[in-house]
Amino acid sequence: MKEIISESLFFGVALSVGTYILGTIIKKKWDIFIFNPLLLAITLTISTLLVLGIDYSSYNEGAKFLTYLLTPGTVALAIPLYEQVMLLKKNLTAILVGIASGVMCSGISIFAMALLFGLNHTQYVTLLPKSITTAIGIGLSAELNGYVAITVSAIIFTGLIGNIAGGLFCRLLHIKHPIAKGVAIGTASHVMGTSKAMEIGEIEGAMSSLSVAVAGCMTVGAAILLEWWI
Amino acid sequence: MKFITQFGIILAISFIGEILNRTIPLPIPASIYGMTILFTALCTGVIKLSAVKETGKLLITMMPLMFIPPAVGLIESWDVMQEFIIAIIVISVISTVLVMAATGHITQFIMKHKGKEEKR
Repeated sequence: MKEIISESLFFGVALSVGTYILGTIIKKKWDIFIFNPLLLAITLTISTLLVLGIDYSSYNEGAKFLTYLLTPGTVALAIPLYEQVMLLKKNLTAILVGIASGVMCSGISIFAMALLFGLNHTQYVTLLPKSITTAIGIGLSAELNGYVAITVSAIIFTGLIGNIAGGLFCRLLHIKHPIAKGVAIGTASHVMGTSKAMEIGEIEGAMSSLSVAVAGCMTVGAAILLEWWI
Repeated sequence: MKFITQFGIILAISFIGEILNRTIPLPIPASIYGMTILFTALCTGVIKLSAVKETGKLLITMMPLMFIPPAVGLIESWDVMQEFIIAIIVISVISTVLVMAATGHITQFIMKHKGKEEKR
């Protein structure tokens, strides 16, 4: 049985989609923010793999086709952004300054806490790109000589926080305007947060998509400038 | 047929993004180049919204699924992560909240400020 599953091409996809559907059902039944469909799907998938003793590489043999769609999916984020282009033009300064302050805040807060935890330089640069989208973060972490695998984990973890609690944090922090909400979620928790922002509302989703792209590019720019300066 | 053409356009843009990613020596991923290209093409009217809309929205709805495999991959890097797992969790949570607070409030503040100026 284990052999059949390990060699199956559709096991990974079926398990991922199945646990996600189960996650949405659980979410519908008990509407608590910790019952986030994505979090449930990840937990259930990991548990299943551990229980059945199947390693990640055989799971990912099929599941990677889901990840394959991430690039076209991110490209498609231009569509909601275009639909809100008037709103974007009207509030361009506010949005750009907001994202820039978020990028700075991310760098400073990670630096301060890295000092507090006594992390070494490698561990610090590993966490530095955690708010930006995975593909940019990987490049940046490699460029700065961090542990790339952990950077990926930290990015996913951050995205998960945004996906689970983005709406809740906005409420607690009194961020009320849809544009501000979208910009905050996108800058803090990249594409994973954006897919949540998309559920909150069209404006939130569009602004969040924009913020992912802009925050990513700003972070790269800042890192290049810093490197050149030092 | 509509879906095939729409999917084809999005895939072609992803491909152009990939080429740019390989040829330009910056750590900017194919997806961000692609998103910029599609946005520019929509704004300039080179691509009509109706030429990508339905398939694009479908892809966006499916996005959460695409994060499951890389997140499950966390089990692979568990050993290295254990070393400073508490630091990772605390730093991630706190800096996410701080970034959201700073970004959201500054955006909100400037919008209000500008709104008032326009009313005068």
